[in-house]
Amino acid sequence: MLNIKSLKELQKTTYNDLVKTLSDNSNIGIKEDGSFYLKGDYYEKQTRIALRNCGIIRPHFIEDSIATKAYIALANLLENNIPPTKVVDDIIESGLRGRGGAGFSTGKKWAEALKHDDTQKYVVCNADEGDPGAFMDRSILEQDPHSVLEGMAICGYAIGATKGYIYVRAEYPIAVQNLEIAIKQAKEKGLLGENILGTDFTFDIELRLGAGAFVCGEATALIESIEGHRGMPRNKIYRTAHKGLFQKPTVLNNVETLANVHMIMLNGVDWFKSIGTEKSTGTKVFSVVGKVREAGLVEVPMGTPLSYIIYDISGGIKDDKALKAVQTGGPSGGCIPANLMDTTTVDFESLERIGSIMGSGGMVVMDEDDCMVDIARFFMDFTVEESCGKCTPCRIGNQRILEILNRITKGDGTMEDIRTLKDLSNVIIETSLCGLGKAAPNPVVSTLHYFENEYIEHIQNKRCPAGVCKNLLTYVVMDNCIGCGICKLNCPVNCIDGERKEKHFIHIDKCIKCGTCFDKCPKNAITMK
Amino acid sequence: MCNIKGGIDFSGLQQIIDKSDKKESSLIMILHETQNLYGYIPREAQGYIAQQLSIPASKVYGVVSFYSYFVDKPKGKYQVSVCMGTACYVKGAEDVLKRLEEELGIAFGETTEDLKFSIAQTRCLGDCSKAPVIMINDETYGMVTPDEVPLILNKYKEA
Repeated sequence: MLNIKSLKELQKTTYNDLVKTLSDNSNIGIKEDGSFYLKGDYYEKQTRIALRNCGIIRPHFIEDSIATKAYIALANLLENNIPPTKVVDDIIESGLRGRGGAGFSTGKKWAEALKHDDTQKYVVCNADEGDPGAFMDRSILEQDPHSVLEGMAICGYAIGATKGYIYVRAEYPIAVQNLEIAIKQAKEKGLLGENILGTDFTFDIELRLGAGAFVCGEATALIESIEGHRGMPRNKIYRTAHKGLFQKPTVLNNVETLANVHMIMLNGVDWFKSIGTEKSTGTKVFSVVGKVREAGLVEVPMGTPLSYIIYDISGGIKDDKALKAVQTGGPSGGCIPANLMDTTTVDFESLERIGSIMGSGGMVVMDEDDCMVDIARFFMDFTVEESCGKCTPCRIGNQRILEILNRITKGDGTMEDIRTLKDLSNVIIETSLCGLGKAAPNPVVSTLHYFENEYIEHIQNKRCPAGVCKNLLTYVVMDNCIGCGICKLNCPVNCIDGERKEKHFIHIDKCIKCGTCFDKCPKNAITMK
Repeated sequence: MCNIKGGIDFSGLQQIIDKSDKKESSLIMILHETQNLYGYIPREAQGYIAQQLSIPASKVYGVVSFYSYFVDKPKGKYQVSVCMGTACYVKGAEDVLKRLEEELGIAFGETTEDLKFSIAQTRCLGDCSKAPVIMINDETYGMVTPDEVPLILNKYKEA
């Protein structure tokens, strides 16, 4: 069992050990202040705060974490008997905002929970990272679990909670395993549990596994799920900081938010405020995926231009194709068109202004081969599947939107459908119960705003410009046709014409799109357009 | 008390329940372990859990049916999950799923007759930089093309 003094001594010895262990690793360097960094342009162009230890320490060794000063911020609070109000004030002052999506002030949440006196309070870590195309939290949980545990303990100290829960997706088995190991090791060392570091501060953490419901990323649905119920959001009569888990004051923070807490406590409020913009301080981790050359996690200061992330860090678009749009914020976010890349910066205000959201940090890059109507349909399909069914606008409204989009992508849409989509989206946004429903039509609204032409093209000309919507594609013969006649011979409806050794031609009006010609052509001269 | 009912042995389940605090808030964790034990959550086990936690069986069934991770029918020995996250979707996960369905002769959500394979669709496996991704039990395969599907499956067919 460690106490404050022995923890600080252990930090020094383990640091020296870690320097030795990493000295053979040519991918890792040491900065002037003694902290480690990953070498290479991709990493050095980033500002890695929440991801500071990812790829550097071994997650199964608590010594590695202690070497990088894990639990030292907590120890400083305990050593100097810092009053909880001071911690809360510091977090408010730092401007830290929730990294899970909505961007609510973390400090204000803590202050509210501190204000309400109760025999039991809770700290809950939302590790139910469900946005498709996003894996920031998974990396932190798997590779640096102690930064989350310490963040929760500091929060517990600040609001007077003795119990914490981590609600983690069951789809992340390695994260679950590493968290279990980390909690066990921290308890053995006296860094969690009763009388932490020999003081009278007690804080315990328990894991709760999600079970594959996207809506459980919503705060009150998550709380319902921890209590053992169906994950359906509550009517928000009280804030969770007042009556949350088991009707007790509860602070619910996202993984990345908690990973920042240690750094703010250790390096000070002014240091944190010096990064990012005035209203969005610090950094944000994005999972940049899709059609970029180098897909992966990118952590940059808030206010960084989108173009810098996509071109300078992630190497631009694969196969030198044209960038069409960037989708941020997952199923609750929107699509940002290519012409706004240079002027758009990644911070809460800027993204909201152009009709998208920061969300949890998913950033899917799309090129000229992606159909925006189909992408909107993809997200609606997701939302319809994941809607919990409690409130009518979300349960039925989104289903209707999906039906309309299915119609349009099959070529059966009408111009009236576009108006209906807009009206319906407004109603759902205004009247849904929780954040999932309120944000569900965002992908439709934003693609309609920036890419209405594509919708019209699908409806009026029955054509999918990107060549994605299969029902709207037609088979055409290309110039490398040698006129062998195999396609003509095999066509079941005799809709192919052409003289021998001359380019053949497909009569689209008769074609049943069976694909036989496409399969049989020895020269791959038949394509879909 | 006899622990075997409807052909299902409840002694393992009893151990899981005894380990918990027998409160309603432990229900989801108990269901996770039950699924690990049997491979699915049989109706009979749901009734047993309800009785032990003193909650209605309808409540247990309500929770099981709400969460997509829980299944109340037996699954195949090998669970093939095709990631349908955004990154995988734009990189052709649909074609991979289609090929998989053809190869196994079952649709998504079904199990082969020999109880060897079942296909599940997963929202996001969080391996987006390797899209498109499929997962067979705990083994992940990245950057899968439709033509690689039979090769991957062969490994399990022989096993």
